[in-house]
Amino acid sequence: MPLYQKAAILTIRLGILGIVFSILIGLICSFALYYQIPIVKRIVAIYIEISRNTPLLVQLFFIYYGLPKIGIPTNAEICGIAGLSFLGGSYMSEAFRSGLEAVDKVQLESAQSLGMNRFQTMRYVILPQAVSISIPAFMANVIFLLKETSVFSAVSLMDLMFTTKDLIGLYYKTTESLFLLVVFYLIILLPISIFGSLLERRVRYAGFGD
Amino acid sequence: MPDLGIEVLLKGNNLMRLLAGLGVALKISLIAIGLSILLGILIGMLVNGKNPIIKGIYRVYLEFIRIMPQLVLLFLVYFGTTRAFGWDLSGETAAVFVFTLWGTAEMSDLVRGALISIPKHQYESSEALGLHRSQPYFYVIIPQTVRRLLPLSINLITRMIKTTSLILMIGVVEVLKVAQQIIEANRMSSPNAAFGIYLTVFLLYFIACWPISRLAAYLEKRWR
Amino acid sequence: MAEELLTIEHLTKQYGENVILDDVSLTVHKGEVIVVVGSSGCGKSTLLRCINALESIQGGEICLRGEKIEQEGKNITVLRQKIGMVFQCYELFPHLTVLNNILLAPVKVQKRREEEVKAEAFELLKRVGLEDKANSYPRQLSGGQKQRIAIVRALCMHPEILLFDEVTAALDPEMVREVLDVILELAEQGRTMIIVTHEMQFAKAVADRIIFIDDGKIIENSKPEQFFSHPETERAKQFLNMFEYKRK
Repeated sequence: MPLYQKAAILTIRLGILGIVFSILIGLICSFALYYQIPIVKRIVAIYIEISRNTPLLVQLFFIYYGLPKIGIPTNAEICGIAGLSFLGGSYMSEAFRSGLEAVDKVQLESAQSLGMNRFQTMRYVILPQAVSISIPAFMANVIFLLKETSVFSAVSLMDLMFTTKDLIGLYYKTTESLFLLVVFYLIILLPISIFGSLLERRVRYAGFGD
Repeated sequence: MPDLGIEVLLKGNNLMRLLAGLGVALKISLIAIGLSILLGILIGMLVNGKNPIIKGIYRVYLEFIRIMPQLVLLFLVYFGTTRAFGWDLSGETAAVFVFTLWGTAEMSDLVRGALISIPKHQYESSEALGLHRSQPYFYVIIPQTVRRLLPLSINLITRMIKTTSLILMIGVVEVLKVAQQIIEANRMSSPNAAFGIYLTVFLLYFIACWPISRLAAYLEKRWR
Repeated sequence: MAEELLTIEHLTKQYGENVILDDVSLTVHKGEVIVVVGSSGCGKSTLLRCINALESIQGGEICLRGEKIEQEGKNITVLRQKIGMVFQCYELFPHLTVLNNILLAPVKVQKRREEEVKAEAFELLKRVGLEDKANSYPRQLSGGQKQRIAIVRALCMHPEILLFDEVTAALDPEMVREVLDVILELAEQGRTMIIVTHEMQFAKAVADRIIFIDDGKIIENSKPEQFFSHPETERAKQFLNMFEYKRK
């Protein structure tokens, strides 16, 4: 049990850090795409394709075992966070971008016709609406990324999976360890999933004004 | 210039071995996706009915599969069934089983969603045109459903291919495992091979998934 | 004659090969109400959008009090503050209450004191009969109410000229009246306005001058009495005939 608690805390800690960086990367990328910044937009598009079309585990192996060979040192935790952010950044970017694009063009124009500059238009008119549109996709990504942390064990991080595999290997307590594994993931993911669907329902059916 | 793995890659049949590893991964995901599509459509249509018990069971199944990381499911099936039922599943069988279980859940939800999203007046207007019984389904509902479904299920295929990278953790010899073996075998002669070999694996996965997800994006745009 | 407020000279607007506005020239004097009519797609909405620099122009120039309106450039946001615009579709910001919709630009863009703008906002809301809706959200309002709020929002910026782009076209017939009444009241106060509309009765009542646009060109520019009773061109006659519904 204490082993599992420690492992769960590690999973959550790395997950949260990875998600925070994913959000940052996602915001930057989605702005680059939304404003059609030349060159940068190309790079972002390539990054998104690469990151979405390769498995996290392979990304992690490359970062953890591959990069040190060309002189970039990594440790397991940084590697985990970096991998998760690399993957999550593109998913978050897609969520934010579709939110931004879903805001009606006439909103942009009426903000302009009131004399707002680009920054004010984004800050007061587009962004608040885009955020609420992106919430369902955003929550789905959070859950997805937390689930993906399960592969961290492959780069010898002592997370829930690693602990389970260890216990099975050492003591043959298969049933108990598997049971605890499921329970702990449920403890982490279920509240977020429920919270997400509540939030989604609020956004979808109520909108602003209730 | 230290060797970063290119030589190792070209040595002997190493590249072929990697490709064969990818083949195993693709084989497993193709079998699973085939089964998932069949079962998913079946179950998706079934739960569109009114039986509350079926719906309840389905809900639990769907939520559980969705919320658990795929790796946990793999562990459950691979290690769990041995203990609980005394089955001795091979890694590959366990993988196919888990991916089918997961794929069916996702697929059935897509089917259910697509069926619900067809507006009611589509049924009504096709009846108003004098089509009856199965005719509305064949001429109106199914074509529309397929259009909505196809891009999403193609995306599911790429997700599944990506997830096959996990099966090395239950001892299936696929690309990553082969990569590890190659690096291990050449540890002495070229210690830096990990960079090139893992980069190759990275690219292999990209080459396998990218065209498929482009296809999905294309279909989605065209049929919107 | 009053001073010239807005001058448009040889304005040309193209989308690729497609000419939308072809050598349009127009002078608007202070206090004048201009109504622009014409069949759908003739370019009348585009004209308004060009004045507010929402569209790039390919030739000619538009000046407000002698200051050139250009899409690029720093002072466009300043010029736009002097040009109020109301669109066809309700363009209120859905995430803000009615009051905050009105306050946003005066407070954040013009940096005016919130108290002062609020007092003005309530004054205007009272005039359009919606002071009890200040804390509602746009989705709780009817189309006609939303358009009246949009007008108030534009007025609060103290614009020198107001542009109305088919503001009643998306409304249910019974709501058209309440919006037109507000615009008519503004005309009586001596506001300078350019109105694009399909409501011919209203055009006759409110306009000082009627501009008839066909195929990107201004082909009539006359007093309403003259335009509606004795149109000069064949195109204008055909256009006005469409509004007569008679059995053939």
